[in-house]
Amino acid sequence: MPEKYHIKTKPIPPRRPRIGKYGIVDWREDCARCHNCVKKACIYDRHRMETEYIRNLNDVDVLFFDCMGCLYCVQNCTKNLLSLSINPTYKKLGNEYWTPDIILTTWNQAETAKIPVSGAGYKGKFSGHGFDSMWTDMSEIVRPTRDGIHGREYISTAVDVGRKASFLSFSERKLTNVNPPLIDMPMPIILDMQAEEYSLPDLNPILQETAKRTGIITIVDSSLYSTVQDQEDLSHIAFHIGSDSKMPPKEIMAKTNLVQIPDSSKVLDKIKEIKKSFPDIIVSVKIPLDSKGSKRAIELASNPEIEVLHVAADLNGNEIGTKNPRFVKDIVREIHTALVDNGTRDEITLITSGGIALAEHLAKIIICGTDLVAINLPLLIALECHLCKSCKPGQHCPAKLESFDFEYGVGRMTNLVAAWHDQLIEVMGAMGMREARRLRGDVGRGMFFEQLEEETFGKLFGTRK
Amino acid sequence: MQTRVPQAKVERTIKPAPSRYRNEVAKYIIKRNSDCIRCGKCVELCPYGVHVDKPGYKYFAEPKLHLCVGPECEKTDHYCVAKCPKQALSLMENPMMEVMGDYRWTADMILATWKMAETGDVPPREYGYQYETGNTGGGFDKIRIKFPDKPPVKVKEDEVDTSIELNRRNDGRPKIKIDVPWYGGGMSFGSVSNVTQLSKARACVAWNTFTCTGEGGYMERMRPYDDHVITQVATGLFGIREETIQRVPIVEFKYAQGAKPGLGGHLLGDKNTIAVSKMREAILGISLFSPFPFHSVYSIEDHMKHLDWIKHINRRALLSTKVSTPTDVDMVAIGSCAAGTHIVHLDGGYGGTGAAPDIAKKNIAMPIEYAISKVHEFLEAEGVRDTVTLIASGGIRNASDVAKSIAMGADGVVVGTCELIALGCIRCAKCESGRGCPRGIATTDKELAPQMEIDWGTQRIINLYNAWRKELVQILQKLGMKSVAELRGRTDLLTHDDYSK
Repeated sequence: MPEKYHIKTKPIPPRRPRIGKYGIVDWREDCARCHNCVKKACIYDRHRMETEYIRNLNDVDVLFFDCMGCLYCVQNCTKNLLSLSINPTYKKLGNEYWTPDIILTTWNQAETAKIPVSGAGYKGKFSGHGFDSMWTDMSEIVRPTRDGIHGREYISTAVDVGRKASFLSFSERKLTNVNPPLIDMPMPIILDMQAEEYSLPDLNPILQETAKRTGIITIVDSSLYSTVQDQEDLSHIAFHIGSDSKMPPKEIMAKTNLVQIPDSSKVLDKIKEIKKSFPDIIVSVKIPLDSKGSKRAIELASNPEIEVLHVAADLNGNEIGTKNPRFVKDIVREIHTALVDNGTRDEITLITSGGIALAEHLAKIIICGTDLVAINLPLLIALECHLCKSCKPGQHCPAKLESFDFEYGVGRMTNLVAAWHDQLIEVMGAMGMREARRLRGDVGRGMFFEQLEEETFGKLFGTRK
Repeated sequence: MQTRVPQAKVERTIKPAPSRYRNEVAKYIIKRNSDCIRCGKCVELCPYGVHVDKPGYKYFAEPKLHLCVGPECEKTDHYCVAKCPKQALSLMENPMMEVMGDYRWTADMILATWKMAETGDVPPREYGYQYETGNTGGGFDKIRIKFPDKPPVKVKEDEVDTSIELNRRNDGRPKIKIDVPWYGGGMSFGSVSNVTQLSKARACVAWNTFTCTGEGGYMERMRPYDDHVITQVATGLFGIREETIQRVPIVEFKYAQGAKPGLGGHLLGDKNTIAVSKMREAILGISLFSPFPFHSVYSIEDHMKHLDWIKHINRRALLSTKVSTPTDVDMVAIGSCAAGTHIVHLDGGYGGTGAAPDIAKKNIAMPIEYAISKVHEFLEAEGVRDTVTLIASGGIRNASDVAKSIAMGADGVVVGTCELIALGCIRCAKCESGRGCPRGIATTDKELAPQMEIDWGTQRIINLYNAWRKELVQILQKLGMKSVAELRGRTDLLTHDDYSK
């Protein structure tokens, strides 16, 4: 039996005090000082922990907020002096898209590497913007499933990066095809370069080590080639060669399998130039998903020189620079469908970035048609980042990212990747899918809000306003 | 067949069952400042009994804030804040309202459910609880019932029949009728305490409906309620024996659970206490999985074979098939119907759970609102609708949701979360962590579970059911209907805020 893909993890506790959702507000002026104060009976022992925390307080900027919100003390206080409140720091985390809930769950996954599990039912909106307007389908067992139902260990998250031959040629019983280079990735994630808006100290060494430990690839700006620690093993590194950047030296290039170049009018010449010297390197073209992005991607995909396209929406998954931006899932569906119609889909690898904030987004965007995703902000959040955008010299970073332990960074990022991997398997198991490759573009494994509304409520209630 | 034990009787009596906590969470807060001269005017004025002046005490006792109707009182002549001679009182909305609840179960909905469980009545309008809909912005929360200006037929309250038939097949098996169009959902011993299970069972005896053991064994203490128990068969087969199948009038096959379809059941290790491990015949402290799927069922014929086994083991039992809501839920339903099930139970994606991966809760399978009409129409088109009972669950929160589900095509519903809310649940979502529920409902921990008593729990659920039934009767009266069965499939009585015909 081939070796199973497994990411080694271990719990990496946060460096900063935890930022929980709830806190108890205490109006002490009318306190009866009961000897059996309800705080002593806290089921989670949080009041004692708070006292300990305050006693040893090193950072005055972070108060203790780790209440579980059970209301036990609030509802039992003799004088009704306690009240539950939402932690104001929690409320300030992230932004409209990267909500506090997303940030908190990412922190937890980065700490424990575990799938988030909770009780009670779903608490959110019926549906919503972007990924919240679709559901994945599942395999009810009393009907045929896609691939049958498999134990988790038999579900493969592996995907291929590169161009595939559309047919095989034989001559005198021998294969005459020259198969294009192909990278086998154990899971459909690439670690992207850090976003410009979040200009932090160099995270490259951490990203590189994480990619190595998880067996995936990280994209590194080509100007930083000399900073790569392990100059011998570059299989987990893909250099991004900007329009004005020079290619890394030959001996470095020869050790990589994938490079990325930005889209331009001369992109085909650039590919030829790279291929001329390094025929075994796969070249990915990064296309910003602006108003012309999807059209350009479809156009480029029809060119046999193109092997991999990386389509990038903005950090919130929206089309770039348009008045009524479409969401990345809709754009990817359009590109995927067009490639299927053109008969070239299996020859191109599609990487998508922008707005992939949770493991569920990973599964959903694959259903919409991408082969794999490139992520950056979730990795940053794994390091306890608040996404406050104050990462400029001289400004206070609440996550104290100016300096941190290398193992902490790699461990947290690795844990997050492992948690996403497990969640992808979980949701694929529910869908009856055995391979991530087969999930790509299988919209039959997805249900879309607009479609469901039209099919059910449209029939009953007429036209949607 | 084993010997049946005498069946217990529980009276359907409505009596107050106040909160088991000292401070019931209130929507409004009244503050009293030091200008108060304790003249007693407020006590005298308030018809709700908010202010408490205990004789022999120097100060007022803590007010019963949950009885206060808030700003609604301003219009009356007994508004304590305005009538206080020293202006010592002030009224404000409780800031905790912002913290409580969520989009599906809003703070108002939780408080209104508590009020129903306490009083057994529909919360009076003056309390201002917006509890008929949540804040999810879709599904039931956007669907409204179109009431005529005047009921087409005048129907008296006692003329309304809310009962439903569970066996629509003429197969010689008992014709079971329940008095209300809902029964309790499966919650296993382990996921909830025995007090919770018994409270649910006793309330169901009082209301002549059913509760479900879930898949965690069948407590001996449940036997006096056998006639109102559904026992569940799922892949883990925890505590399932021939005699447990033979005890009950309904056996439910669980293929999937709405909150985590395709993933199977999971009791986390910490909740596998001594009692639970004994009941489930498992090793103490390890996580217990009831994995998806039944590997012996890969076709409708396989499903039929399973149903036949149960039918032979218990010749008086009705069969229920609980499935989730995939895109072709209609095909699943017709298949179950063909296999001979009496009840098709659809569990939508937004239903409750004791523990589920967050990725599953919202993202796998469709909400129940879509599935009901889809299945109902399909079964009608196939000409088999009247041979099965269609039951919906997974996000039924109040009587309005019940009425909407039935109008969309279900015969009845299964409820779960609302019963737990009645018992004091606040949806803190900590059912799965550590020793379990801090409110003593979804736990078998020996310190946490005794927080609740059976009689109190029973009364709270009896009261809640009464309030729901009253509200459902009011809805049917407004529509001029004498029976809840008349409402089934009446989508013409529904409208959706986001649609225009």
